[in-house]
Amino acid sequence: MQPRTSPEVGGMGHSLKRKEDPRFIRGKGNYVDDIVLPGMLWMDIVRSPFAHAKIKSINTEKALKVPGVLAVITGETLAKYNLHWMPTLMSDTQMVLPTEKVMYQAQEVAAVIATSRYAAADGVDAVEVDYEPLPVVVDPFKALEPNAPVLRTDKKDKKDNRIFHWEAGDRAATEKAFAEADVTVKQDLYLPRIHVASIETCGCIADFDRVNGKLTVYMTTQAPHAIRTVFALVAGHVGLSEERIRIVSPDIGGGFGGKVPVYPGYVIAVAASVVIGKPVKWIEDRMENLQADSFARDYHITAELAAKKDGTITALRMKTLADHGYTDAAANPSKFPAGLFSICTGSYDVKKAFVEVDGVYTNKPPGGIAYRCSFRVTEAVHAIERVTDVLAQQLKMDPAELRMKNFIPKEKFPYKSALGWEYDSGDYPAALRLAMDKIGYHALRKEQAEKRARGELMGIGISSFTEILGAGPSKHFDILGIKMFDSCELRIHPTGKAIARFGTKSQGQGHETTYAQIIAEELGIPASAVQVEEGDTDTAPYGLGTYASRSTPTAGAAGAMAARKIREKAKKIAAHLLEVSEEDLVWELGKFSVKGSPSRSKTIQEIAFAAYTNHPPGMEAGLEAVNYYDPPNLTFPFGSYICVVDIDRGTGMVKIRRFVAVDDCGNIINPMIVDGQIHGGLTMGMAPALLEEISYDENGNNQAGSFMDYLLPTAVESPSWETYKTVTPSPHHPLGAKGVGESATVGAPPAIANAVVDALAHLGVKHIDIPITPEKVWRILKEKGVAE
Amino acid sequence: MATHDIRVTVNGTPYDAQVESRLLLVHLLRDQLRLTGTHIGCDTTHCGACTVLLDGQPVKSCTVLAVQADGRQISTVEGLEKDGKLHALQEGFWEKHGLQCGYCTPGMLMTSCALLARNKNPSESEIREAISGNLCRCTGYNNIVKAVQFAAERLGKEA
Amino acid sequence: MIPASFDYHAPGTLPEALALLSKYGEDAKVLSGGQSLLPLLKLRLGQAGHLIDIGRIPGLEYIREEGGFLRIGGRTRESALETSDLIRARYPILHDTAKVIADPLVRNMATIGGNLAHGDPGNDHPATMLALVAQVVATGPKGERVIPIEQFFLGLFRTALRPDEVLTEIRIPVPPARSGGAYLKLERKVGDYATAAAAAQVTLDSGGTIERAGLALTNLGPTPVKAADAERFLVGKRPDAATLTEAAQRAAKASSPSADRRGSVEYKREMARVLATRALKLAVERAGGR
Repeated sequence: MQPRTSPEVGGMGHSLKRKEDPRFIRGKGNYVDDIVLPGMLWMDIVRSPFAHAKIKSINTEKALKVPGVLAVITGETLAKYNLHWMPTLMSDTQMVLPTEKVMYQAQEVAAVIATSRYAAADGVDAVEVDYEPLPVVVDPFKALEPNAPVLRTDKKDKKDNRIFHWEAGDRAATEKAFAEADVTVKQDLYLPRIHVASIETCGCIADFDRVNGKLTVYMTTQAPHAIRTVFALVAGHVGLSEERIRIVSPDIGGGFGGKVPVYPGYVIAVAASVVIGKPVKWIEDRMENLQADSFARDYHITAELAAKKDGTITALRMKTLADHGYTDAAANPSKFPAGLFSICTGSYDVKKAFVEVDGVYTNKPPGGIAYRCSFRVTEAVHAIERVTDVLAQQLKMDPAELRMKNFIPKEKFPYKSALGWEYDSGDYPAALRLAMDKIGYHALRKEQAEKRARGELMGIGISSFTEILGAGPSKHFDILGIKMFDSCELRIHPTGKAIARFGTKSQGQGHETTYAQIIAEELGIPASAVQVEEGDTDTAPYGLGTYASRSTPTAGAAGAMAARKIREKAKKIAAHLLEVSEEDLVWELGKFSVKGSPSRSKTIQEIAFAAYTNHPPGMEAGLEAVNYYDPPNLTFPFGSYICVVDIDRGTGMVKIRRFVAVDDCGNIINPMIVDGQIHGGLTMGMAPALLEEISYDENGNNQAGSFMDYLLPTAVESPSWETYKTVTPSPHHPLGAKGVGESATVGAPPAIANAVVDALAHLGVKHIDIPITPEKVWRILKEKGVAE
Repeated sequence: MATHDIRVTVNGTPYDAQVESRLLLVHLLRDQLRLTGTHIGCDTTHCGACTVLLDGQPVKSCTVLAVQADGRQISTVEGLEKDGKLHALQEGFWEKHGLQCGYCTPGMLMTSCALLARNKNPSESEIREAISGNLCRCTGYNNIVKAVQFAAERLGKEA
Repeated sequence: MIPASFDYHAPGTLPEALALLSKYGEDAKVLSGGQSLLPLLKLRLGQAGHLIDIGRIPGLEYIREEGGFLRIGGRTRESALETSDLIRARYPILHDTAKVIADPLVRNMATIGGNLAHGDPGNDHPATMLALVAQVVATGPKGERVIPIEQFFLGLFRTALRPDEVLTEIRIPVPPARSGGAYLKLERKVGDYATAAAAAQVTLDSGGTIERAGLALTNLGPTPVKAADAERFLVGKRPDAATLTEAAQRAAKASSPSADRRGSVEYKREMARVLATRALKLAVERAGGR
């Protein structure tokens, strides 16, 4: 898309250099741990070595003698204020600090408050806890067996470990379609626990001002407004009132969903500050971050497809067991216990579908956050894209051809899916064709055949994904009843500059730049003259925050709508200044001019000045607007990715040789930023495909609790990504944009997995669970007799 | 508790400090000297967010004792800009979108700075290898490579 | 991650360092590059009352050929090995090894002496030194003693170094003509310990027959594994594919890996074989064979 604005204005389509970067490249970012308040104390947390144990006693005597240690807070301390439990976003309950038993390894047991980081750590070392280990439930399938220990003994009526059963679609019609199908395939897949592992861990400074009764919390949160309301609801009974709570989300060192939940550490720090009357800082270390913070995935899926002989898919069925840990603390919209998993019909015109998910408790940390995706979309996409390849293999069809055959045709949009979603727009064949063209698909297939003849292993994998973003329309989407709109408050200053505040919170996505470009596009005020602010609940309008790629679909739209409101008022002022009627005015970028007489015009800057100096009689002075944008529908970005891998027959090591990503996120605000989001998403998609997994031994011990075993890709493992675009605007978004931050994380894993399976397909291999470790591949090579 | 009087020169400015034996260099910089551009990301010497130059060599300042730096030269991200002029790497990271959340950026900048000091024209694979002790979760590294190449080219022209 | 309290000493001379070690005994730890020691202390998995930093003692960092040996000062940093022209040209196996240790930043602090003295079978230099038949020079209160490398590694995190000694030098016999070596490491990602790694060093005679062979493995047992049987097997044979494969088999047999997230026992043993084969092949190539 050619930009409509000049580079000086910098509206949509310009690769504007980021406005936030001058501080970051100078080391002048302001992250939570950079903030120091007068009199500030430090908190550090004692954590359980056991996954399930009764707490017999906590002895704080030695800890309190450590120089610098002022207090040790336990569950008993919090129980006095009834703050030892808190509600989760899914209406379950979660311990802040335990009074009876711990339910996962690394659970918070007590907190030490001290005068320094070092003293607090020494204090933690000196707290003595006596545990009595209890039977541990690690396997979610075993958790549902009749003789499994019931974990949630705090819930009086709870007789098993099931959390919920959820389903969508038409079970009977789907069963019928399967019975009548020419071909059916069935694949079990496991998407293991993974962790977002943003390079900045979580933390906060809770600062309770006893004189004014005001609580300010600087914290690593992606959703400051929602947090404020949650705090008011949780701690209202001890006197915290929403107008006296201020949440400040300063610069955030990566979020990816991990900074949505309310972790016990935040609440303990708040309680400590309220009790002690001083600011209390808590910064978790990496091991705490990996071992206790919300996980993602952990879905055991059985995916089935029914098809005709010619490859036409007729039905889809999925059954999933979701391991939620000891409580359901998933960060989902409240009505969606399995998130948006029902997007699992993917990019295909599947007439009949049925999907069900069961959630279970185990002795693992709670969570169910996104890992850079929109509410379980990655799980859904992995399942459909993998089982589509299984079907292609069964039918001996090329996987590209099978996809082309089943794509929802362009002319069928808006498209109503069998599981109830209305896809806004798409041109799936175009994206796949472009990807095939860019990677040289047919030549690669030829090369593969030649290599196979020589005994060499290479594979080509495709993923043609559809996302579902922008939660969301308030009819369906809320969190604890709060509708999932988002907001912009826009003020134009007399000299024609602007400040725009939003209810979202960037964690690296570049909102300060892209939002300014939206305002520039709509009003013609240069993006450089638009100050964007987010993250301070005392100043920003209420919004639900940044996750699930929702910022552009919701707050970005709110920015455009607020600007359009401003334009309405500006028109009245222009009419007054030009002494014509409003009907005689036309808006061109940045100015109103008189129809047929373009030299008679007023720029937005002139109009802004007049709004404060010469506004029409009877009109309120000033030029500002607020918009709370409630999207009419979700947005459905899509893309086709093709990955080429080579496999070392000796070691089983997989090397990504090339990876072409074609994305379609609708109209693009800043191409440079969009590409950056895709690059990052691709590496974060590669990570769980090949490297990352959090697993537990039979005692519930975390096996990947530090970066020693939780393997984040470096620049060496990460290939050089090749990115391309198609543009299919969203028909309902004011800017035609769709959101992009997570597409690549969603689309990349099945492309890689499909490539590896493809490399081994001629040996009869149908599926490999991610992460595809060298040993998994080597075992197959050995079994098939082709290992070096 | 043993303490030591040390003098470290940070970005050309000498600082005297009294430090505990166990104080980590990163905490000296961040908590005592209040140079918070150097970050902490992992605690186990993996992520490189805490990278600074110690006598010109990039090291992980979470795995160096402050007292080990006594009498030595330290360069941090705050010292890259000279006389109001950004370092070519800072320009490169800005120009090529080599950062998103900014948290790994100071470490990436310092590592790249040392790379360009010993290799004026690094290849893509040399850049990737050089920054392989610095983790970035946002960018996928593509644009970091481009940013370093941009800086190499600019420094080449200036030289 | 904050270490527990300790005291820190920065002796300016080796005798001062040795005096401190004698004084504090088991309560003292030598701080060289600190890239293994400080993480252990931060995680509070290890304790030390006193750290004796040998970083301020002059004359412990060098790489030179002298008296028939390549002599490397105990405090020589990995990055110095990695960038040394001498190493690159004449000791490719050492260059291979240095460049895969941890990551480039760690290598700017980490030292070769520390890598050996830590006694971690996951470290990379031990296998290479076994293949090169190196000697370790330990300096204690009574002066220097030379420990053959095959007598150096006693057990998991245990070496022949006494608590009152400092590892001051590594001596590697200068390889004769027609020698070549290679170190190959399978790692999950940069910065990881080896899933398996193999160090191979061979010398061919003028007719191309193997005259001497060194072969050792990393992270495949509680100590670095010297594949003595394979070494003996190789000597006197032509370095053809079958011979190298058989030697690698024997090396794998000598390993005793334990299962962890890097792999099962079976996988690791097989990787020992695959990597040993490849390392031997590359070593022979570098020696000028075929």
